[in-house]
Amino acid sequence: MQTEQLASEIIHHYLRPKKKFPNVWCAGCGNGIVMGALIRAIDDLKLDKNGVVVVSGIGCSSRMPVYLDFSTLHTTHGRALAFATGVKVSKPNLKVIVITGDGDCLAIGGNHFIHACRRNIDITTILINNKIYGMTGGQFAPTTPGGKKATTAPYGNYEKQFDPVRLATGAGASYVARGTVYHVQQLEKMIAGAIAHKGFALVDCISNCHTYYGRMNKEGDAVAMIDQIKKQAVNVKAAENMSPEKLEGKFLTGVIHEHEATEFCEEYQKLVEAQGGNK
Amino acid sequence: MSTYTPSKPILLQGNEACVAGALYAGVEFFAGYPITPSTEIAEGMAREMPRIGGKFIQMEDEIGSIAAIIGASNAGLKSMTATSGPGYSLMQENIGYAYMTETPCIIINVQRGGPSTGLPTKIGQADTMQARWGTHGDYTAVTLAPSTVKGCFEETVRAINIAERFRTPVTVLTDEVLGHMREMMVIPQQGELEVYNRHKPDVPNDWYRHFEVTPSLVGPMASFGEGYRYNISGLTHDEDGFPTANSEEIRRKLEKLQKKIMRYAEEIIKIRTEMMDDAHVAVFSYGTVARSALQAVKMARERRIKVGAIQPLTIWPFPDLQLREMLKNVRKVIVAELNMGQLVHEVRRIAPRGTEVVQLGRYDGEVMTPQQIFDKIREAVK
Repeated sequence: MQTEQLASEIIHHYLRPKKKFPNVWCAGCGNGIVMGALIRAIDDLKLDKNGVVVVSGIGCSSRMPVYLDFSTLHTTHGRALAFATGVKVSKPNLKVIVITGDGDCLAIGGNHFIHACRRNIDITTILINNKIYGMTGGQFAPTTPGGKKATTAPYGNYEKQFDPVRLATGAGASYVARGTVYHVQQLEKMIAGAIAHKGFALVDCISNCHTYYGRMNKEGDAVAMIDQIKKQAVNVKAAENMSPEKLEGKFLTGVIHEHEATEFCEEYQKLVEAQGGNK
Repeated sequence: MSTYTPSKPILLQGNEACVAGALYAGVEFFAGYPITPSTEIAEGMAREMPRIGGKFIQMEDEIGSIAAIIGASNAGLKSMTATSGPGYSLMQENIGYAYMTETPCIIINVQRGGPSTGLPTKIGQADTMQARWGTHGDYTAVTLAPSTVKGCFEETVRAINIAERFRTPVTVLTDEVLGHMREMMVIPQQGELEVYNRHKPDVPNDWYRHFEVTPSLVGPMASFGEGYRYNISGLTHDEDGFPTANSEEIRRKLEKLQKKIMRYAEEIIKIRTEMMDDAHVAVFSYGTVARSALQAVKMARERRIKVGAIQPLTIWPFPDLQLREMLKNVRKVIVAELNMGQLVHEVRRIAPRGTEVVQLGRYDGEVMTPQQIFDKIREAVK
């Protein structure tokens, strides 16, 4: 009882008092679960509210910053990372967190995504991955699995998919993790780990869109979809001892890739010092 | 320390003068993407920014460049980018975001011939209307157009001042010839030209409204990390920055974007005249063409033709009242521009009854020569 009260107090401490609720999300949407995990992660890290900037693009998930009591920048479709880069480079002391969706980050924003990874700029990207365009009404995304239906794939999706974890790793991100909206405590820890990490960090959060994806593909309501996510998730450590057959149809969760690398803003600062520009 | 030392004559390219002007006005953030014929601006910024403790980043494309400068501006730094036609087209969506979110920033567009990839190494002035109407929706644009290397310096400073004061994006239109031309100029001492620093709030966080409609229309602007927490959104928003569907709030927002420029139009508009006192014929031109126009007017004056030159340095907002007054006793106004006719439509719109508007366009990638304009003047007085 006491902890429950404490949890809600934490949440309310980080929500905007002036913003009118309810939010824009469908009942049962995973976005709220990710928002809760993000808030608790920030609270765990004891970050100053004035030192956090949350940047987002366009889509359901990108509506998150408006509810959060930080400095928030709700930008254009796909461009959140480019805006966030400007913020971070200008004031490297700020903690910059990007909230994005799979369409926003991997389709229209794909170029900014790989280049932010390549620079290893100290930005935390939380990609809420529900495998569909929700806000525009259920079109297929670069993450929609083959054969699945969407409003623009009425006969089933015949395109190949992006795996954001492999994409980020290949492009140079130095912290790459995947969580789900079922494994909330693990998600919270990974988000905290990503924020604490110096360098570009991606947390790919597997989420549910029962309103469009679930309905079109007969995968049931929010509970059924989240249950399915739970069944498909395999922790990266557990997977080490599993055969490829057993891993068929599953996806890995946990911190999947991490490496030490120089960070963009720190390297730039060295250049400034070498050129005598340090004020 | 910047490379550009004040008070002694130096030979500069137009593009370099834009860099020097930006440094003078306090720009501390540049993001850009290489594109001919603007690249020297990015190169200059890459050299100068680390030396003054400013920030330079080469982005992955022009969309990223404008996004980064908007982010940087909201983090508190005076910010700019530079590009040419194709890049300017790519930037348009986020320029709209800068209007909507009232973010100060400047874009220098070193024009080349278009459309599409067009003429990367040749001159054009066909982005005039794009500077006004390039992004979707309703807004009021500010665009400046210098014609000399010194003008590149001064108009860059002025663009930054206007952007910071009115919290709006400002475009500086130069062109391939002006960008690459070299002229002598003297960098002014600090204090010689006005440098405006944005007005910051001093109220507690709870009172601060990032988009407040103040009596002056432009409220103070906080930056990220200064103790104010607010939302910025490209969605039509209320004074707190929260998305709105309330028609009254929508109307107020759009009218603010228009009025905050138009109320101060007289301060923003800069228009120059030469030999207009007794002129029956006027040549209206801007940018590089204004140089040829001045020469043509001098040639005509030698033949006792009563002709003058009008050069707007602010092309948006268009100098309606000023030009109407200047054309009062003018029988013919020749509008010379390096396109198939853009600002000529604005001149037609405001020309007094009895003033004939004559179009003179060139769009073959070459400069407008004084002879061409002179011939048109002779034709006009026949």
